[in-house]
Amino acid sequence: MAPEPPLLTMSGITKSFPGVRALDGVDLEVLAGEVHCLLGQNGAGKSTLIKVLAGAHQPDDGAITWRGEPVQLSSPIAAMRLGIATIYQELDLVEGLSVAENVFLGHEPTSAGFVVRTREARTTAAALLKRLGHPEIDPGRLVGDLSAAHQQIVSMARALSHDVRLIVMDEPSAALDPDEVDNLFRIVDGLTADGVAVVYISHRLEEIRRIGDRVTVLKDGRAVAVGLPAHSTPTNDIVAMMTGRNVEFVFPERPAAGARATAEPVLRVEGLCRKGEFEPVDLELMPGEIVGLAGLVGSGRSEILETVYGARKPTAGRVLVDGTPLRAGSVRAAVAAGIGLAPEERKAQALLLTESVTRNVSISTLSRFARGGWLDRGAERAAARTATRELSLRPDNPDAAVRTLSGGNQQKAVLARWLLRGCRVLLLDEPTRGVDVGARAELYAVIRRLADEGLAVLLVSSEVPEVLGLADRVLVLREGRVVHTADARELDEHRVLDLVMEGSPTS
Amino acid sequence: MTQPAPSAQHQGPEKGTATGPVAAPPSKQGGGPRAFGLRADVRNLSLLGVLAVLAVVGGITEPDAFLDTGNLQLILTQSSVIGVVTVGMTLVIIGGGIDLSVGAMVALASVWATTLATQDFGFAGILFTAVIVGLAAGLVNGVLIAYGRMVPFIATLAMLASARGLALLITDGKTQIVTVQSVLDLGLPDSYVLGIPPLVLGFAAVTVVGWLILNRTTFGRRTVAIGGNAEAARLAGIDVRRQRLYLYLLSGVCCGIAAFMLIILSGSGQNTNGNLYELDAIAAAIIGGTLLSGGRGTIVGSVLGVLVFTTITNIFALNNLQSDVQQIAKGAIIVAAVLVQHRTLRGGET
Repeated sequence: MAPEPPLLTMSGITKSFPGVRALDGVDLEVLAGEVHCLLGQNGAGKSTLIKVLAGAHQPDDGAITWRGEPVQLSSPIAAMRLGIATIYQELDLVEGLSVAENVFLGHEPTSAGFVVRTREARTTAAALLKRLGHPEIDPGRLVGDLSAAHQQIVSMARALSHDVRLIVMDEPSAALDPDEVDNLFRIVDGLTADGVAVVYISHRLEEIRRIGDRVTVLKDGRAVAVGLPAHSTPTNDIVAMMTGRNVEFVFPERPAAGARATAEPVLRVEGLCRKGEFEPVDLELMPGEIVGLAGLVGSGRSEILETVYGARKPTAGRVLVDGTPLRAGSVRAAVAAGIGLAPEERKAQALLLTESVTRNVSISTLSRFARGGWLDRGAERAAARTATRELSLRPDNPDAAVRTLSGGNQQKAVLARWLLRGCRVLLLDEPTRGVDVGARAELYAVIRRLADEGLAVLLVSSEVPEVLGLADRVLVLREGRVVHTADARELDEHRVLDLVMEGSPTS
Repeated sequence: MTQPAPSAQHQGPEKGTATGPVAAPPSKQGGGPRAFGLRADVRNLSLLGVLAVLAVVGGITEPDAFLDTGNLQLILTQSSVIGVVTVGMTLVIIGGGIDLSVGAMVALASVWATTLATQDFGFAGILFTAVIVGLAAGLVNGVLIAYGRMVPFIATLAMLASARGLALLITDGKTQIVTVQSVLDLGLPDSYVLGIPPLVLGFAAVTVVGWLILNRTTFGRRTVAIGGNAEAARLAGIDVRRQRLYLYLLSGVCCGIAAFMLIILSGSGQNTNGNLYELDAIAAAIIGGTLLSGGRGTIVGSVLGVLVFTTITNIFALNNLQSDVQQIAKGAIIVAAVLVQHRTLRGGET
């Protein structure tokens, strides 16, 4: 008997987006009946790769073979027809439809081509749910009424409702309790016993040890290791492969810390907590200091930042600026006290895309240019221009629509807004997301210069080197808890990744 | 029965000759200023072009009736009431909302201001009551939407129903005749200033104030911000809810002013006043270039939109075309305007 060809082979997959090369020649080989784990840091290209596999993205270059035959995954439907199903991290269910309707959405069993055979759909759905270990889920219930864990089961039932040979699971355990994770693993075991292959994405190394057969590690859009044995490869080696960069980031020099030691903290966070998002966190920020929060997506980084800013209401704890506590859950109180936020989703949360640079910069400071509500547009424009010039925003045109700027310059427009406001604490959430590598060094220099001028900066980034290179002090988060606090110079990327993935508390 | 037929036949060939200029002016005016990147101005210029074409059509089909001073005064007067409502509506839509209750608020304000008890207080009593009733209804809308977190569509739909009901309750379905002479005088030719009716002056004043609010004040800037990106506005420290409240108050006040104008015009208050004003105002704002999703729009565009609609209605009436034809034409114009809007937006993004 000739050796069976691999179920799926992807070779030299390349995919570029404006400004980013997300995949740079990735290889992946998946065998029938195996659990193949995909590892990599945020931005390593995992999401793009599984979207290519699901037919949602078209690769610029590279070849895909399926059971020995070259194929093109030209659309999600094409991928589904071959037997590739994807369960995304954000569940893609229709909340207003029933469980059975969701399972068969787009391929309902029909009579005469258009009459849905409801009863058949329900019985088939019930059988699938039973196979997944959840016979208690009623196929007639609305998906919106189910718990997150049950919704995930429905998602899986939908995947299995096709004649599936490969299931991609994107961090399926992220939203689950430990015993639900056990059930998930039972399901995965059952699938592989039937010869179905599973591509499993998770940040939790212990899960990969438990159910993984082989591991592919991605870094900066490349596969640095293909098909390693999941059980025997030392953790050290895996982490080492995920870390280290080809692109050298240039970070500005840190000033001597001596001057800051005597100063009073400008921002103090005392026991701040939000149930289910992060546990009580204490934090002090000196003028001129940059403090970084490192952690994975879902570790509570952004939630902490937004709670400090008042955009989320804390369940306990308080935020003090210059020793004065702020009204909890009020953005306006935070802004009035001198806190500014550059949010993670710049376009959705910070910018008026069709409006001019001037109007975007002045939006938080309007009353300063107004008398009795009447705007002095000359003063507004001049002040906004001073701020954007200080950050060398390009193009130097106050009337340019923000939409036309590059990512880096859009971020500068947001920073200019708070510079103009004269804020004293700057909260930065993923400040270089969507910013070209070349423009990042410039942003780093701007952030450090603002700190040198006395601003206190709280920085969140999923890029560990960025946190380590830019911050003075680093708090490492894992699942909503600060597991380590240290001077940035005492940490390296390897150590931080160990902490965020294994979470051995040392502090 | 015989008259409409010949006039309709009569119109056929002349409409044909008019299509030449129809195509020409907008394209000519569209090409020039676009080079300066002033898209809102291009839109407004093309609306002016449409008005010019309409004037030509009116002048050709009914030269004597259309160009008569009295008719031009009539067009402007008829534009005034709905125009004032549209200015308020435009600000609400730019702020990311919608106000379906404007017609009902006009009705309620007009009947409350013309009850016998109110008329006892004379001119000031009527004006004051109309504005206060509009303000109060706007306050209810604003509080429900801004602080009760209701969807604007639903909250103002509820106001539409209840304000109409209350207006019917007050009047018992009867027309309330106004006997205050100083109010009625404002509708008579003797009160015209340099040939311009006072109502038109009022409309012009509201337009100027609306333009100043939108373009020269922090209020206007914040309106654009909450309509363009409410989350970004909130995170920038703007009090989004208070801003929303103010916008519905403003729309209510505009309806109060419009109700007072309607009282002058009709010499009465009726619970059927302002019927379908919400649709007319929204339509005028949309063909004036206001984005229904908020964040973009101009007062000038909306006012031109109102003038276009009123002029079309006028020309159709002069040509003895029934209101069914008018309605069809209105619908066609809205579709054409929105298609043009999509095209300009798309052109701007590339």
